[in-house]
Amino acid sequence: MSKSYADHDVAPADDRAHGQVDVETLELADELAGDSGAVASVDAAEYALWLGDDALVLSQQLGWWIARAPELEEDVALGNIALDLLGHARSLLHYAGTASGRSEDDLAYWRDEPEFRSAWLFEQPNGDFAHTIVRQLFVALYLEALYSRLVASSDATLAAIAAKAVKEVAYHVDHAEHWMLRLALGTDESRRRTEVALADLWPYLDELFEDSPLIDRLGDVGDGGVAVRPSTLREPVMDAVARMLAQCELDTPTIPFASGGGRAGRHSSYLGYLLAELQVLARQHPGASW
Amino acid sequence: MTTPGTSDAETWPLWEVFVRANRGLSHVHVGSLHAPDPEMALRNARDVYTRRNEGVSIWVVPAAAITTSDPDARGAFFESPAGKNYRHASYYTKAEGVKHL
Repeated sequence: MSKSYADHDVAPADDRAHGQVDVETLELADELAGDSGAVASVDAAEYALWLGDDALVLSQQLGWWIARAPELEEDVALGNIALDLLGHARSLLHYAGTASGRSEDDLAYWRDEPEFRSAWLFEQPNGDFAHTIVRQLFVALYLEALYSRLVASSDATLAAIAAKAVKEVAYHVDHAEHWMLRLALGTDESRRRTEVALADLWPYLDELFEDSPLIDRLGDVGDGGVAVRPSTLREPVMDAVARMLAQCELDTPTIPFASGGGRAGRHSSYLGYLLAELQVLARQHPGASW
Repeated sequence: MTTPGTSDAETWPLWEVFVRANRGLSHVHVGSLHAPDPEMALRNARDVYTRRNEGVSIWVVPAAAITTSDPDARGAFFESPAGKNYRHASYYTKAEGVKHL
């Protein structure tokens, strides 16, 4: 067949069409978002650690589900979400490291518990599938609200990272909401487990909205600043949570919030075990690459 | 052996997945998966079959809704055209008077 497609809008139905990719000709996009040569200020680096550690910790947690989820398809779904988060963590930790001459790996593998800046919600255990989904719902709604504001950051690297992440976390919201509806309105057992998970995780929501002097120094993106002031997210996130719970016909818990302290390096008892598993290989074989 | 998804041992029904790679192409069958309902089937298809930019559109169809031809009846179904060359355009010679064909 010698027909030319040059004057057509339609691509030929050749072997490339359906996932048969020739690796040698595949153009890979940059793995890290933003200008990799940009150097963060000390305060911007600290803020990048907040967001990067949240993403790293949750990514590590979700990876546990691979081969353990209810179905193979859900293994892949949670694996995809974990990889999205790992991508955010890599970009954010890389940027954070530029302020002190450290690499993303230095920050992920060679910091100890008090040097991590993750919030307690991200550190809460996977529990059963309902716990993981409720945690996903809270986290995804928070991250979507956060990144959709952070795209306006006066820090170009943080803005670029947010622009890439916001599309990914929008899908994480969709995934969590669909599962919430099915678990809450499914069987008596799935509803009971969802109610338990909701009560267990509720206390850790408020820590996400606590301001700190760091944010005062960086300024809010709404005033031309670098960071998203956490308290600006309280209303949109809690409203979104309330709407979802109403759809699920679940009562909003009245349990008091926990004090948290993750941004200051005070962590729940779960983080140490998680970091031990995350860091053991790199620490036993320093400098190894794989 | 029964079809996956049709026995009681399978919690979720089976869905067939069709992905359109580009504008102008048709949807092509890429595989199957399990999901509890259509919305989740679509999301599972997105996660399982479009991880490397394979598609711009996805269809999911309950496997039970597809009626297939019987592989054992292949002879009666597909071999009948053999020898019926008059069904091909090239079988015919062009009349001399016809200029534009």
